[in-house]
Amino acid sequence: MSTLIIPASQRRLSTRTSLHETVSQTFSMAWRALKKMQRNPEQFFDVVVQPLLFTAMFTFIFGGAIAGNVKAYLPTIITGILAQTALTACMATGTQMREDMEKGVFDRFRSLPMARIAPLAGPMAADLLRYGIAATLTLLTGFLMGYRPGGGVAGVAAGWILVVIAGWSLSWIFAWLGTIMRTAQAVQGAGMMIMFPLTFLSNAFVPAITLPGWLQAFVKVNPVTLVINAIRDLMNDGAVTANVGWALLGCAAVVAIFAPLAVWSYSRKV
Amino acid sequence: MLRMLTTLLPIDAGQARIFGVDVASQPHQIRQLVGVTGQYASVDENLTAAENLRLFGRLLGLSSRAAKATAHDLLGRFGLEDAADRQIRHFSGGMRRRLDLAASLISRPPLIFLDEPTTGLDPRTRGQMWDTIRDLIRDGATVLLTTQYLDEADQLADRVAVIDRGRKVAEGTPEELKTSVGNSTLYVRLTDADRTAEAASLAQRILGETSARELAERPSATARTPEPGGLSIALPDPNRASDVLIALRSADIGIVTASVRQPTLDEVFLAITGHYTDTDTPNVIEETR
Repeated sequence: MSTLIIPASQRRLSTRTSLHETVSQTFSMAWRALKKMQRNPEQFFDVVVQPLLFTAMFTFIFGGAIAGNVKAYLPTIITGILAQTALTACMATGTQMREDMEKGVFDRFRSLPMARIAPLAGPMAADLLRYGIAATLTLLTGFLMGYRPGGGVAGVAAGWILVVIAGWSLSWIFAWLGTIMRTAQAVQGAGMMIMFPLTFLSNAFVPAITLPGWLQAFVKVNPVTLVINAIRDLMNDGAVTANVGWALLGCAAVVAIFAPLAVWSYSRKV
Repeated sequence: MLRMLTTLLPIDAGQARIFGVDVASQPHQIRQLVGVTGQYASVDENLTAAENLRLFGRLLGLSSRAAKATAHDLLGRFGLEDAADRQIRHFSGGMRRRLDLAASLISRPPLIFLDEPTTGLDPRTRGQMWDTIRDLIRDGATVLLTTQYLDEADQLADRVAVIDRGRKVAEGTPEELKTSVGNSTLYVRLTDADRTAEAASLAQRILGETSARELAERPSATARTPEPGGLSIALPDPNRASDVLIALRSADIGIVTASVRQPTLDEVFLAITGHYTDTDTPNVIEETR
């Protein structure tokens, strides 16, 4: 570099970021997030401990009562916990995003001519790793406890991919919370209020038929139920059913609503 | 205001153009023209110095090889090559500030905003920062910097604007601002501090009420000259210093030291704003081309 400065007259200014730039900036931001994870490994605590703990705990507590015995409950509970851990992992996405935005470096990201979606999409892409770890560990715990999915290797792999996709899609809700809330604690609190109804008012732990009618109505449209139905079809039956289509549609709807909201509120945030 | 010009905040009133580009309607273009170095270092704590610069380089559209080369080059220029692979959280304030400025220069921007770049730096690091700023100006950059240290403005700026309580109260070259207050200042220190007020009114009488501006009565002047009995008197003409000294002698007011010099920007600031110790930060924005 010979000079430190290029004068304004010799610059060609672009009016907007191209798609190519947006993708490359998202990858750069994902790289940054991965570096951060590598240096703060405690960020993986939730996705490592929760699958082990919850899978064992819920299976032994509810197994006898709901399915008669532990082994018969496994096809229900493992798939339910897969969805639950993905949802908890995306709650952390929102809190960490909020914490991150407090930092001075975000002033620089805002002052750079870069796509406004990249600072959000980058860390969320890196978080795919977390969803993958959570799903893998839940499945491994299940296998150890005697879960033998009927869908075979292909069915399990497809279910695993669906869990990761669902985690990524639902995390846009929490990313949006991260951009509108003032503190990480507020994101955490609001996240809990969303996470608990979504997981427990679904068919994750109990068959929906045992619920009162008005509650069943909600359970049926809950995106988490859609995802769990699809995972069960894939993993337990090895069947690609309409449920898979509904789950993907539900995920797409969540992204279509919350991604624009998140980007919009991020770009006007002070 | 700086946050508005750098598109970090929306402009709530009025209009701003930078190199003919409207800030409000073309924020994306503005971001390609300006480099910003804030009061608080905007670099990533979790990354190393080299990783930070490479990340910003990549975000600005450099290829990964070019980003690496630029990072290496800038680290060398700012004397940070030894710290290249250390995480920023272990950096000192001065090193962060230099890295921050380096990060602002990746795109080689023609306009650079520096928000109090030397606040809290030790004199040696401040001197290095000044040298870097002079280099930038020599390379053709326009630098807009805010500072609370008026000698910094005097050292670096071609044009100075004085902002008091959010309003611009004066603007010009440092020379113009100094002459606006008086050609020179007589500084005396009295042997008997109790007679400061008497001496001040005497000087005022000698110089004529209108032409002389006398600063001793203001709390500010004592703040600037902490020693008791210090008095700085603005002179309409340096030759009249002797008139004041003779008058003091005939009134039997003894002096310890006396000197005539050009007013400093500190005195200009006091004279223009009429106060010094204000909780509202007195800010000086200076521009160098």
